[in-house]
Amino acid sequence: MASTSVRAGMLSLVFLVLFLGIWEFGTQVIAPQQGELSEYELLMGGADQEARVPPPSEIIRHAVAELSDPFYDRGSNDKGIGTQLAYSIYRVLTGFLGAMAVALPLGFLIGMSPLMYKALNPYIQVLRPISPLAWMPLALFVIQDSEQSAIFVIFICSIWPMLLNTAFGVANVRQDWVNVARTHELSPIKTAVTVILPAAAPTILTGMRISIGIAWLVIVAAEMLVGGTGIGYYVWNEWNNLDLASVIFSILMIGVVGMLLDLALGKAQKLVEYKE
Amino acid sequence: MTTKSLGNPFDGDQSLIHAKTCGCPECQPGQEMPSVSLNLQQPATPDSAAAMDSEAMMDRAIESAVVRSVFGHNDHSRRSFMKMMGTGTAAALLGSVFPMEKAKAAVKESLGKLEKTKLNVGFVPITCATPIIMAHPMGFYERYGLDVTVSKTAGWAVARDKSLNGEYDASHMLTPMPLAMTMGAGSTAKRFIMPAVENINGQAIVLHVDHQDKRDPKQWKGFKFGVPFEYSMHNFLLRYYLAEHGIDPDRDVQIRVVPPPEMVANLRAGNLDGYLSPDPFNQRAVWEKVGFIHMLTKDIWEGHPCCAFACSQQFASENPNTYGALLRAIIDATQYSQKAENRKEIAEAIAPRNYLNQPVPVIQQVLTGRYADGLGEVKDDPARIDFDPFPWHSMGVWILTQMKRWGYIEGDVDYRSIAEQVYVAGETRKVMEELGYSAPRETYKNHTIMGKTFDPAKPEEYVQSFDIRRS
Repeated sequence: MASTSVRAGMLSLVFLVLFLGIWEFGTQVIAPQQGELSEYELLMGGADQEARVPPPSEIIRHAVAELSDPFYDRGSNDKGIGTQLAYSIYRVLTGFLGAMAVALPLGFLIGMSPLMYKALNPYIQVLRPISPLAWMPLALFVIQDSEQSAIFVIFICSIWPMLLNTAFGVANVRQDWVNVARTHELSPIKTAVTVILPAAAPTILTGMRISIGIAWLVIVAAEMLVGGTGIGYYVWNEWNNLDLASVIFSILMIGVVGMLLDLALGKAQKLVEYKE
Repeated sequence: MTTKSLGNPFDGDQSLIHAKTCGCPECQPGQEMPSVSLNLQQPATPDSAAAMDSEAMMDRAIESAVVRSVFGHNDHSRRSFMKMMGTGTAAALLGSVFPMEKAKAAVKESLGKLEKTKLNVGFVPITCATPIIMAHPMGFYERYGLDVTVSKTAGWAVARDKSLNGEYDASHMLTPMPLAMTMGAGSTAKRFIMPAVENINGQAIVLHVDHQDKRDPKQWKGFKFGVPFEYSMHNFLLRYYLAEHGIDPDRDVQIRVVPPPEMVANLRAGNLDGYLSPDPFNQRAVWEKVGFIHMLTKDIWEGHPCCAFACSQQFASENPNTYGALLRAIIDATQYSQKAENRKEIAEAIAPRNYLNQPVPVIQQVLTGRYADGLGEVKDDPARIDFDPFPWHSMGVWILTQMKRWGYIEGDVDYRSIAEQVYVAGETRKVMEELGYSAPRETYKNHTIMGKTFDPAKPEEYVQSFDIRRS
């Protein structure tokens, strides 16, 4: 008897094959008409242009073609999928690291001082629920640079989960531990680094994990708006051409990269976990 | 530009004076020009009289100046000397004592040094932008020493913002946009100039296939229409058309702003009943079998302007030579696009993913004007889209009257001065003539829109003459 995980894996595979099979069968190409097409039919693109979702085989063919040459460069508006993803990842990481640089110290401050928490809380509560894309017109106007505006939008949307989780983690470190530090006469800085930080690390990492997930969701929308490069632009450009095979392929790629980013932070989270 | 005085200075048979009695072929029209040059052989282009581009002209002017000064500006002694020595020998002899090539380079440097050669020019992926786009793959920018990146832009609001913040040196815009931006309508006010119109005609009203039986606009109450931008000819033409049929565009229908690339998807989803949008999205709707072409906008106003090439006044004054070179490239490309025989080749050049990202047959139907209308007929209309760079001031005034009519601008409008400030027709004319194209002398003319004459001298009366209006 195989273990549960092997059986679950096989079942997943069966579901996939079934799903793709039904999809493929359901979207079979209509056989082209017999005989010569009239000029009108030619100008209409023939029966081939009937609106339909492309079958999985077409998407796989497309994916193989794109992935076999991921870094091609055919001009400023047509670059390979690898290049586009690299641009998006670069933007997400830049915005994310910037948010981290602000959120962690600020979170510590808020978590350690009930006064600061009370004073800053109203602002956080108002700014937090704003859709990141609503910032875009303002960012474009103030920053005057679309590249930095996109990074700013990532920054502003990924800062809140990190900030709140850091504050929460810091505020909830067991008072006993802080008291022990106090009896050892550790300075406040030393207490923060050697006692509070390790204790709050798992909560902080959870916040970072949520943040990077949001950042990756937002980058696609932001790039559809500002255009130029990135996976969001790629989706938009293919949507222009109503090329659903490319759109579905890029949706899959967005999913895969998002999963990898999440896995990386998940691993980091494991490193800082501890048992009481 | 006249190139008569730029005869080959090394040719003893050619006079450089061209007095009234001159018998040279150029002064005697109807005779073939003999081959003129020794080392400036250019592939002949049909429209430039002397078949020289600006580079060659400059070279020749310098040679001529040097040779003339050697002979003390006495054309007679120059000619007898050249006849005696023979053209090639004389050129070589002079070359050995005078660094002709260096002189040419130095003069060109001082006259027309480009302040900036790397430029970023924005475009929205529609066929209206044909000259701006095709100038890239077909080498028009390079010809004028420019290294241009053409950047695809998602919509007009983004094109406007990137132009305002200087990310784009120049951009493809809609003809009303530079007027609106200069006045600060819908954006911060910054002076923009529009030295060239891109295309005339080339738009269409498309309806969803379900509305095949509703060809009379009176049946369109409650429809949802898409236009690409508020400050667009599309918006003003659609409003005009609807109002002429008694439909109030603000009360009886809904007009939404939808970026051109998203038109077809919205039509298919039933979000829109129709739209007046740029091509190729009209033809694309037919190709996708979700819409049909109700009418072309050329049947509303034959020869109406649509898209434009625009940049900030600041860019033009800070980089006069670069601006001049860019404008030459654009006007050259626009004139090239005008010729029907070039259209097929252009369609293939601008269809790839880097530019329009559309099937070639769709673009070809738009540019050649032989198209399927989506109702079962093949139509033939070579003037479906055309290209003409000249920015008529009267067109600017018409646009302003419509902005006033629909309440986009309020109060007293100085129609003529704004139009003349933004539509720099004088510069366009200068460049057109330099490149050997003919440009109109006037900048105002009457236009006929749906049978009604617009007189640019009486803009306020024109606005007041409409029953349906917001002001």
